[in-house]
Amino acid sequence: METQARPQRLYEQLGGQPAVDAAVDIFYRKVLTDERISRFFESLDMDRQIAKQKAFLTMAFGGPGNYTGKDMRTGHSHLIQMGLNDSHVDAVIENLGSTLTELGVAPALIAQVAALANSVRNDVLNR
Amino acid sequence: MAEVLHVLYRGQRCTLLENESVLDVLLRSGFEITHSCRAGVCGSCLMRSTGGAVPARAQQGMKDSWKMRGYFYSCSCLPESNLEIADTDEDVRIGAAITSLQLLSGDVIRARLRTDTPIDFRAGQYVTVIRGEVARSYSIARLPEERELELHIRRIPGGAMSGWFHDAAQIHDRVTMVGPSGECFYVAGREDQPLLLAGTGTGLAPLYGIVRDALKNGHRGSIHFFHGALHAGGLYLVDEIQELERQYAQLKYTPSILKGESSGPFAIGPIDQVIIDQIPKPAGWRGFVCGDPGLVQILKKKLFLSGMASRDIYADAFLPAARS
Repeated sequence: METQARPQRLYEQLGGQPAVDAAVDIFYRKVLTDERISRFFESLDMDRQIAKQKAFLTMAFGGPGNYTGKDMRTGHSHLIQMGLNDSHVDAVIENLGSTLTELGVAPALIAQVAALANSVRNDVLNR
Repeated sequence: MAEVLHVLYRGQRCTLLENESVLDVLLRSGFEITHSCRAGVCGSCLMRSTGGAVPARAQQGMKDSWKMRGYFYSCSCLPESNLEIADTDEDVRIGAAITSLQLLSGDVIRARLRTDTPIDFRAGQYVTVIRGEVARSYSIARLPEERELELHIRRIPGGAMSGWFHDAAQIHDRVTMVGPSGECFYVAGREDQPLLLAGTGTGLAPLYGIVRDALKNGHRGSIHFFHGALHAGGLYLVDEIQELERQYAQLKYTPSILKGESSGPFAIGPIDQVIIDQIPKPAGWRGFVCGDPGLVQILKKKLFLSGMASRDIYADAFLPAARS
């Protein structure tokens, strides 16, 4: 039936675009000061990095977007050459989790976000 | 295999190489096209599409009315389909005459120019000055109601445009301009938010416009204005800004030099350190950073990491003219 309430999507439960905006600065500060991974985030101009992180967060929050596996592969190939591996992806997902904890997001939702972020791992690592 | 694409210009069909910009294919085909930054910023290589779609990247940051007329930056245009292109209409180029020239420091000259017709601009935006094949961008240090544009031009060794302004230009000489462009300016509202303005060298020009724009708009929050130079001779408009500081209680001005006697009237040290010493936690502040691109990147990052929100950071990195 049209009027029946459907389960809210993850993106809406998290708060949509305003939630992405609230998270992006906290998240980007974390990765820039995380010695394990900061070097992968330093090459680009800050505004372009922020835009990329917003796209990433939107995807991980289950929001609208049209990233394809191919985009993920070509977009990260230069980082693979810099030595990007599983441990770095782990660190990014960890920072994502602590960002959401800081914003008061419930652990069950954080687990869903982590799972979505994890779903692009093989594309990001080009395998 | 990729499809072979063409650009049609002045009746000539130019075949694009892979990853070749419209500017490059035209230059390679023997056309003389004015250009400078090669980064889609200065606007001197502006062209107009009369047939075919222009990729969004070639119109990034452009005002909507220009986009609708098919204007694009030829240096940033990697066509995805065949294009027919033409020169821009004459009305996007603005004629102007020099009304005064004054040396402000050892290597910075102030040029004031009156445009033939009034133009809409915000203090802190920039215009690109064109003489013959040479085009260079300069920030606007004055307010719109002052009618004349003010540019601060640092002498660059061997610089074609700066050399002309310093050595040859006379009052009444005419130039052509494109612009204004740029997003680094004061937006009214949130009048109690503290403002942090920082720049080195002629990064002072947009900041001097922005600070006066903020004050004119009745900004009430504190305003910290940092200007850095290698040595004291590189600081300029010191008296004028100190006068503003006497007029406006909310304004604090800190001129700084990289090295020198610590007992002097200036703060000593790298400008990013001078700023963080005075404002260790700029969370909630609005920042404007202008000047040398390397320094602008460093300052943006430091302000951000010490708590300034990314959306509150306005920056104008002065790109050098590209070598062709």
